[in-house]
Amino acid sequence: MATTTTGTAAAAIYSLYIINKSGGLIYYKEYGGVGGTGRMRMDTNDSLRVASLWHSMHAISQQLSPTPSCSGIDLLLADSFDLHCFQSLTGTKFFVVCEPGTPNMESLLKVIYELYTDYVLKNPFYEMEMPIRCELFDINLSVAVQKDRVALLGR
Amino acid sequence: MQFFGGSDVSPSPPATTAAGHNANMMYMFNRNGVCLFYREWNRPLRTLNPQQDHKLMFGLLFSLKSLTAKMDPTSGDKGNLGMPQLPGQGCSFHSFKTNTYKLSFMESPSGIKIILVTHPKTGDLRESTKYIYNLYVEYVAKNPMYSPGTPISSGSLVDFRNYLMGLSLFIKLEVAN
Repeated sequence: MATTTTGTAAAAIYSLYIINKSGGLIYYKEYGGVGGTGRMRMDTNDSLRVASLWHSMHAISQQLSPTPSCSGIDLLLADSFDLHCFQSLTGTKFFVVCEPGTPNMESLLKVIYELYTDYVLKNPFYEMEMPIRCELFDINLSVAVQKDRVALLGR
Repeated sequence: MQFFGGSDVSPSPPATTAAGHNANMMYMFNRNGVCLFYREWNRPLRTLNPQQDHKLMFGLLFSLKSLTAKMDPTSGDKGNLGMPQLPGQGCSFHSFKTNTYKLSFMESPSGIKIILVTHPKTGDLRESTKYIYNLYVEYVAKNPMYSPGTPISSGSLVDFRNYLMGLSLFIKLEVAN
C-alpha cells in the first residue's frame, strides 16, 4: 500500500542520501539540479563529506535544545532548497534535498525507509552499515521517486 | 524614537495575532564568533556552560552555512566544503526545525548573526530577525559609546535593552503556525 500512495509532489527532488548510524554515507542518488540538467554537481568525495557533516550537525543540534529529548533536525529551510531528514529508531538517517516548498517529503522518506527495510535489510547478502548495492532497492526507489516526478509534469 | 529622526526602526514589529509563549532563547554573534548578546526566556535544559554553548552554536551555524553553500543546487561548482564564505556569499539557510525547537537565523552583510530559538510550531521569523537587526543598527551600531566586537552589556546600552524587553514581549506573542 505504502509504495503506491506517495502522493503528488509539486516540485522536484534534487538528491537523496542515506547515512548509517556512524555517519558514513551508504547510499547517494542525484536526480539532477535545477531544470533537470542531470549534470553531476558533487563528486563522490564531496558527497561523503556532506554526509558526515550532516551527521555531526544533526548530533550537535540535539545538544543545543532548550528542552529535553530532542531528536535532531527534521527540516532545514534554505534559500534555494529544503532538506528533509528522517532518522529511524536504529540511527540510520534518510535525507532528501528538494525544491523549496515541495510537499509530501516526509511521507516519501517513510516510503524509502520501508523500501530500505524490504530490499536492503532483508537481502541476505547485504552487510550492515556497508554501501547499498541492491538492484531491487534501486529499481523500486526510482519507481517511488518517479511517481512524484511524473505527477509533477502533470502527465 | 523621534530623536533619531526618520529612522527605519519605526515600522512596527511584525503583526502578532495570538498569545503564547513561543520564544526560548536568542543569540547575536558578530563575524568573529563573539557572542554580542544572549537572552533566554525559557530554557529548562542546559547541557553546557555558557561559553561552550555559545561556541557550539556559532560552530553549528558556521558549518551549516558551509553545508548549504555546497549543497546549493542552483549555483555552479564552488570551492571545497569548509572553505570560508563571505557573509551573504553562497546559499544560506534561514531556519531549521527539530521536534523540540525551531531555530531561525539571519546574517547581515556585515556578518552580524541573529538567532532565535523558539517553539517548533512558530511561523516564519524572518521579519522578526530583520526587525531585531534594525534595532541593533539604531541603538547599538550607531551608539558612539559602543565598541564593535564587544558584548552588548546592559550597563552601557540601556535603550537597546529596553527595546529588547519590549521585543521579548512581542516575541512571546508570535503566532504559532
